[in-house]
Amino acid sequence: MDPMPRALKTLNWLTAALFVAALYMVFIYAPREAVMGDVQRVFYFHVSAGWVGAVAFLVTAISGAVFLARRDPKWDRLAVASVEIGMVFAFINIVSGAIWARPVWNTWWTWDPRLVTATIMELIYLAYIMLRQGIEDPDRRARFGSVYGIVAFISVPITFLSIRFFRTIHPVVIGSGDPTAEGAFDMTPRMLQAFMFSLLTFTLIYVTLLWHRVRLARMTEHVEERRMQLTST
Amino acid sequence: MPEALATVARRDRPVAGYLRAIAAIVRKDLAAELRSRELLGAMLVFSLLLILIFNFALELDARTRQTVTAGVLWSTFAFAGTLGLNRSMALEVDRGCLDGLLLAPVDRSALFFGKALGNLVFMLLVAAIILPAYSALYNVNLFLPGLMGVVLLGSIGYVVVGTLLSSMAVQARTRDILLPLLLFPVVLPVVIAAVRATSGLLQAAPPEEIRGWISLLIAYDVIFTAVAFMTFDYIVEE
Amino acid sequence: MTPSDSRPQRPMIEVRKLVKTFGGKPVLRGLDFSVPEGDFVAVVGPNGAGKTTLLRILASLARPSLGDVRLAGRRLPAEAGAVRRILGVVSHQPLLYGDLTAEENLRFYGRLYAVSELEARVQQALETVGLRPRRRDLVRTFSRGMQQRLSIGRAILHEPLVMLLDEPHTGLDPEAAVMLDRLLGQVAGEGRTVVMTSHDLQRAASLANRVDVLAGGVMAASVRKGELDPEELPALYRSVTGA
Repeated sequence: MDPMPRALKTLNWLTAALFVAALYMVFIYAPREAVMGDVQRVFYFHVSAGWVGAVAFLVTAISGAVFLARRDPKWDRLAVASVEIGMVFAFINIVSGAIWARPVWNTWWTWDPRLVTATIMELIYLAYIMLRQGIEDPDRRARFGSVYGIVAFISVPITFLSIRFFRTIHPVVIGSGDPTAEGAFDMTPRMLQAFMFSLLTFTLIYVTLLWHRVRLARMTEHVEERRMQLTST
Repeated sequence: MPEALATVARRDRPVAGYLRAIAAIVRKDLAAELRSRELLGAMLVFSLLLILIFNFALELDARTRQTVTAGVLWSTFAFAGTLGLNRSMALEVDRGCLDGLLLAPVDRSALFFGKALGNLVFMLLVAAIILPAYSALYNVNLFLPGLMGVVLLGSIGYVVVGTLLSSMAVQARTRDILLPLLLFPVVLPVVIAAVRATSGLLQAAPPEEIRGWISLLIAYDVIFTAVAFMTFDYIVEE
Repeated sequence: MTPSDSRPQRPMIEVRKLVKTFGGKPVLRGLDFSVPEGDFVAVVGPNGAGKTTLLRILASLARPSLGDVRLAGRRLPAEAGAVRRILGVVSHQPLLYGDLTAEENLRFYGRLYAVSELEARVQQALETVGLRPRRRDLVRTFSRGMQQRLSIGRAILHEPLVMLLDEPHTGLDPEAAVMLDRLLGQVAGEGRTVVMTSHDLQRAASLANRVDVLAGGVMAASVRKGELDPEELPALYRSVTGA
């Protein structure tokens, strides 16, 4: 059992501290938005979660590519860890989007290109997991996961662009009547600071969780190896 | 002994061999399908059933027909397409024939393009029957040249990604449900663009708009053909 | 490159310290294997010993995890393309398309291998495996024995220098097996290098001029024809595989 490295322990504390600070920034430091009220504060975490979801997907795609080139299983472990975490944050993004939309536009769902793309990304994550679950051979599982990660990741920006192009031609009017109203509002300097801070915090939460998850995967593999050694002798 | 290798290698020029391999695979798939007619039969019947369901689900009266035709057609193609994709790959993988293909002294990508081209031909054959059928049933003129182009471009994008993903899905336990799950999110831009372009052509939308969607289709086709070319090797090599 | 070199000729197949692991589990553990040109070697061993794995690696269908594999002096997997040209592979699956006729199957593979004078070669191969009368019949209607014979026809179509056979007698009735043996003898007699895996020790000993035993992930024994009394083979096999 390798003990938790000092760096990771420090990171745990740092991330926890930053999160508390972010809560303060979002709920107290940032001013109340004029039109939407307090519910607007969801925005800070909503966008940060979406950002992490996208970054996680990028990490999966890249480490998949590296795995295919180097065939070192640690890259595949990283890809899987990133997918799991990304899936959770993408889900937070979707749900917080609904929480925000309901009081402001009186609807649970807006056909906003970013939100739709985030949902599609979540579905791709799920498909990725299901693909892996259906393959027995570990090497093939890793290879297929890597290929799908890359292919699916490339499709996401294209999907986003096509939905956006669709929206500019066929605006879906929600509430405010402005077709490009993706929750646009002017950000005061304090809001901007709160926003940047939550972005930073969420990124750090992602990195921390990723590190933990990769460690967990490595330890699980060690246990498996040990078990095979013991049962085969 | 190296002489023998050298003679054998001199016997064929790389490009001709590559194209010949692709042609051989397409020919083989068409010949086999002509005999059994399972694939085309299934796709056609399924497509017609889908259109029937859409008819009652959407109440395709004269007014809504104009706006909804493109969507109905492309939904039908998207769903029926998965049948063809799965069947085409299953043929290779199930009886170990994939090994036979992999043993051939051709670049792996030739195998991919051979299968993809075969899938494209099947898809276009299905379209060639469904489009006139729909036209007749609903008295909508679908024989616009631009529309044929959109069908071709959309089918190419669908088939390229579909062949790539089906070569993975068919090797999984959950092969039949897995392909749609993997395919649809990735192929969504094709569906959106194809539906919008088709709809635009049917309703005489401004040409810049239609051109925009067609550009998107072409971009998608090019990008994913390149991606498939680069990643197919990793799927089939152990 | 004169064939009458005074230096000893390189073996057709050379395997050194081959390791293959599947998901962390080693199947082949530093295997050494060498086959001179024109030799017929049978590889026997218990189930799961790695015979099929070895053959798949030689056939360029799988990559070695570690070690050096050469066919006709070319390294695998780096020069797989050149190697495939001179390989003919028969596995226990026939690798044939049921909805096509025997002829069509051979023509298809012939095109893939860019075989010259295709039609002549196809008919010749059908003749060799004794299937010319059934050439227009769908492979779906063939018995297993006939499919295996057609499979050999497929494998020799491009006149390979090396033939790899993975338990080709699997699922054959005794009559078909005898026919296959005759065919194998004929095909091997044309100067080809043949490696055949089998779990039938007696048959392997009668067909091949060398029998290697794969056990524990390495070649545990190697016996040339005539070195050992055929009756003593099972005992040797048992002692080496610990069966």
